Amino acid sequence: MLLEARGITRTVDIVDAEPLRILRGVDLAVDAGEHVSIMGRSGSGKSTLLNILGMLDAPTDGELLFDGAPVARMRRGARDRMRGRNVGFVFQQFNLLARRTARENVAMPLLYASGPGFWHRAALAGSMLERVGLGERVDQLPERLSGGEQQRVAIARALIREPRLILADEPTGALDVETGGAVMDLLDDIAHRAGAALVTITHDPHVAARAGRAYRLDGGVLAEVAPEIVR
Amino acid sequence: MRGITGLAGAIAEAWQELRVHRMRVLLSLIGVAVSVAALTWTIAMGQLLQQSQDELMERSSGRPATVTLSTADPIETAADAALLDSAFADAAERYGIDWTSRVSWVDATALGTTAELRGVDADYGEMHRVRLAAGAWFSDVDALRLVPVVVINEWWWQRLGSPPLESHPTASLAVSGASVDALVIGVTESGPYDDYPAGFVLYDDAAELAAAASADQAPQYEAWIPIEGADELVEAIRSSVQAHLPEGAEVYAERTDYLAWGDENPFLMMQIVIGSIASVVLVIGVLSLLNITLVTVRHRIREIGVRRSFGATAGRVFFSVMLESVVGTALAGVVGVAIAVMAMRVPALQDALFAGIEDLPPFPIGAAVTGLVVSVGVGAIAGLLPALVAVRVSPIDAIRY
Repeated sequence: MLLEARGITRTVDIVDAEPLRILRGVDLAVDAGEHVSIMGRSGSGKSTLLNILGMLDAPTDGELLFDGAPVARMRRGARDRMRGRNVGFVFQQFNLLARRTARENVAMPLLYASGPGFWHRAALAGSMLERVGLGERVDQLPERLSGGEQQRVAIARALIREPRLILADEPTGALDVETGGAVMDLLDDIAHRAGAALVTITHDPHVAARAGRAYRLDGGVLAEVAPEIVR
Repeated sequence: MRGITGLAGAIAEAWQELRVHRMRVLLSLIGVAVSVAALTWTIAMGQLLQQSQDELMERSSGRPATVTLSTADPIETAADAALLDSAFADAAERYGIDWTSRVSWVDATALGTTAELRGVDADYGEMHRVRLAAGAWFSDVDALRLVPVVVINEWWWQRLGSPPLESHPTASLAVSGASVDALVIGVTESGPYDDYPAGFVLYDDAAELAAAASADQAPQYEAWIPIEGADELVEAIRSSVQAHLPEGAEVYAERTDYLAWGDENPFLMMQIVIGSIASVVLVIGVLSLLNITLVTVRHRIREIGVRRSFGATAGRVFFSVMLESVVGTALAGVVGVAIAVMAMRVPALQDALFAGIEDLPPFPIGAAVTGLVVSVGVGAIAGLLPALVAVRVSPIDAIRY
């Protein structure tokens, strides 16, 4: 199993009030090459779960295993490096670095790599932008690109280190329906070809329905739902 | 391997950051460059002024260590004078002293007024850094001339009509009521306040002119000795001369150069003032840079969060932010030192500050090195706080920021 969450709980202390329980005993297993979607309303804890799955945040209780190894037992630097090697993020607001070209944005994760990936990062970024259909726009600044193009740059950035897990947080949230559909086609296709697992967090049933398995997060509790219900 | 790519990656990141934010970097580094230039210039100026002061002091009191030897009683006879000369020469030879001069004051008038005329030996010129505006200082040949030779000051020379020295001009002196024409062989530079005739004659000529170098005063003897062990050597010279003189004769010997005036560094106050000014300049530079870098980091929180999510460790973020600061200030330091060197070479500034300095040294390397070290230190100090702020950025909050 590539990623396994066991009884994940996340609680936030609030001054003069009961602690806020965002996640309650979440269990989730994702295998290599799988596409899993997690739906939920705003404030249901979707992003918190994604941050824990991406090792950006730690659960209050429960255990997260990556490749069978407990993440909590890793040292912070080792965890950061493992995340860089194995996890690619796609954010709702793209989070591209301003005033850097598309190529520089895509090459950025390779600054934390070693070996040929580091030394040939500019060429690799160019090839990845070709794959997402932006071969003509490698030297454009993000401010000059449309929303759909920016998200394609973000996808290229997420995939440049050939991660085994792609975490997409509302990847079509800032796009119109048509552009969002095209971006999801691209993400699905590239993740499938790369053999990477894809976890998509969304409130859009159309996006969720693309996954092989779908879950609903409600009140911090994660429950699997049948794909036909999602559709 | 990871170490090499880590360093190369941090440098690439820092360079990208400097390039992308070049206007902000330029503005912040202008302040640093100006601060470093001011600091370096102030230190260099302090060192050069000290050199200038040293030379002025050395002209009046002799180079360190100068020992002056005298007797309590006037020299009554030529035999006494010869005995004293021989005792001093013997002491100089015994202790391997190469630079010595006898010194006497000649009661003379010139141009209708009192002339400040000293009788000296040829070594006196080097021992007191005598600067010549024209002609030459005394040499052994001058002792063989049939007429007395004189080195006069510029003021006196100008009142003679500034005659070319190749034309062998003479200066009229009246010594003890008798007139004599002395051959002018050199002209010393006059200070801005010199408004009287002054000059030097050879000691033996002075003795002849004044009939035993004036009967109402004893001659003085000066020796330029090494600073190390100077006090012991002064006493040794005194004892040696004393031993040659009849019983009851008193010989005094003491250091008269400016370093012997007291244990305190005569430039201490100047160094404190200059050091204080430089420190204030530096603190202002650090604060302005710190301010800008802190504001910059606050604006880069989202970027830092994104980098953290793609594998940048906390150490890497810390190192990159520090490196940006240090690389930037090091470049600013080079520019600042260059500005200081150029400012010091402005001819008008040199004339105003270092008028009369004989050995104006090149720009002090110590000042340049200090400027560069300080600029790197400023970068490290100004980068430390923002780097710590950057490390404490939570990737989750930063991405939401």
